[in-house]
Amino acid sequence: MDPLFVSLQILNGIQYGLLLFLIASGLTLVFGILQVINLAHGSFYMIGAYLAFWLTSRTGSLGTAILVGLPLALLLGLAVERLMIRLLYARDHLTQVLLTYGLILVFNEAQRLLFGNDVHGVPVPEIFNASIRLTDTLSYPVYRLVVSAVCLALVFAMYLVIQKTRLGMHIRAGAVDRETVQLLGINIKALSMFVFAAGAGLAALAGMIAAPLSSVYPGIGEHILIICFVVVVIGGIGSIKGAFIAAILVGLADTFGKVLIPEFASVAVYAVMALILLWRPQGLFGRA
Amino acid sequence: MDRNPRLLTILAVVAVLALALVPLFAERYTIQLFTKIMTMAIFAMSLGLLVSGVGLVSLGHAAFFGLGAYVLALTSPANEGASLWWALPLVVLVTAAVAAAIGALVVRTSGIYFIMLTLAFGQMLFYLFHDAKFAGGSDGRYLNFRPTVELLGSELLSLNDRPTLFYVALVFMVATYGIISMILNAPFGRAIVGIRVNEPRMKALGYNTYAYKLAAFVIAGGLCAVAGFLYATQYRAVNPALFSWRESGLVLMMVILGGLRSRLGPAIGAFGLVLFEETVQALTDHWLLATGVFVIVVVLLLPDGLASLFQRKQPTAAEADDG
Repeated sequence: MDPLFVSLQILNGIQYGLLLFLIASGLTLVFGILQVINLAHGSFYMIGAYLAFWLTSRTGSLGTAILVGLPLALLLGLAVERLMIRLLYARDHLTQVLLTYGLILVFNEAQRLLFGNDVHGVPVPEIFNASIRLTDTLSYPVYRLVVSAVCLALVFAMYLVIQKTRLGMHIRAGAVDRETVQLLGINIKALSMFVFAAGAGLAALAGMIAAPLSSVYPGIGEHILIICFVVVVIGGIGSIKGAFIAAILVGLADTFGKVLIPEFASVAVYAVMALILLWRPQGLFGRA
Repeated sequence: MDRNPRLLTILAVVAVLALALVPLFAERYTIQLFTKIMTMAIFAMSLGLLVSGVGLVSLGHAAFFGLGAYVLALTSPANEGASLWWALPLVVLVTAAVAAAIGALVVRTSGIYFIMLTLAFGQMLFYLFHDAKFAGGSDGRYLNFRPTVELLGSELLSLNDRPTLFYVALVFMVATYGIISMILNAPFGRAIVGIRVNEPRMKALGYNTYAYKLAAFVIAGGLCAVAGFLYATQYRAVNPALFSWRESGLVLMMVILGGLRSRLGPAIGAFGLVLFEETVQALTDHWLLATGVFVIVVVLLLPDGLASLFQRKQPTAAEADDG
């Protein structure tokens, strides 16, 4: 394999990893702070992808679709937290799994009712619809670079919010010890609502910007959900740093798995997970 | 898992007797439907041993269901049926061995980690069989002939006969319940329930809790393989969807909906959920929507599952209305 090809694959792997991080960060924070296992998190990715498809076909622009769709997704996140998830805080994981599984069924069927079973595509925005030619046979689409850049900007913004602001301090403290944070007079309910809605928004945004890269199809959310579970488990539950490193790792493992062992590419990610957990059962940055 | 209250036990015996009469007057479709439900009940009971016995919530139990079905499909001769006498033990042993390998890793964890790890391993097996050419890839495989049951060279039972297969499933279901009850009543069962209630204390008492949890995981996997065996026998086809996490989620729903405090819970959940789906499916194409709403409503209104409808000692007026 020539070095150029390898570096392109690394670029692809990192781009996929960054996208995974956007979704997994919400998942890991919801575990960490709300102590709720949310199987329906992938549904927000699916909703984002379908919003991108629907609004782009209406307005003709992915940018407008995101501007309109993102607030909708945030509102939906708030509503789900307020009406459903809040009832689960005091219940065990079993009940949480069951209720959020029920939510998946509802969201999936709503999607089928509204959009049917067809596979849809979202066009790449006109200004980014180009490729950088590297050699006679190899080129790299600009849109992938744009996606990576957007993800990186969001990761940086998230870092600033979590590490440098008072809100971020509350979030970090909440992930360590929910009760104590509450005792200190911080409104953990409002904090939980914010974290859940932000997580839902990030997942939906990931679905929107990824829509032009892959097609939009039923069940799209579940595939991404399980990969994100793997990311969260490898990184350690509740750890943003762990989720970031694990997401990049999984992105690379998936991309190189497809190149090196196409026959068993999908298994590669899970094999990486199994190896890491043999070494550290609580994940890379998890507390035992 | 407590012993069943008397009312529930009586109802269960009556239900089994009533079930035994089904093939006498029911039409073909109903016999097939109930055979499938009993298969799902075995599937759910094996998971129930893990969930309400040891307190391990597995979201990847379909892996062992799929394995059981695939092992039968892959080892059956192409031009005759496999003999049940060696095929069933083989299916159970191979599946139990895989469960031991996966369990060795996953029972080191608990809580959310266990849920997500079992889900991930289930997915791993799904992709393994989805991408594997020897197993027929995404199309799966056909089982050319159903297993044969012979004794001293002559045919004892024909599994091609629908009522016969129905009774075999019924016997397997009752036997699975008996085995699980025996396990739970034995010292081993008391120990795993102890682990569910308070693992550190069991450790302090000198129990090797890891070994107990692993053993329970392997037994649950082996029993689940019986359900997979029945499925492959009934439908004569296997495909990767058997491994899918939707299947794992569905069976977990049966266990939880049925109720965790009763040993009969998983079987009640299997009958309840499949019959509910069957009814709604006849009315609308979007029956999954109804299932989702049904699940959410039961979780919010009946925290102890459907079995609690039969065993609530002093229901309040409002709760009695729900029943």
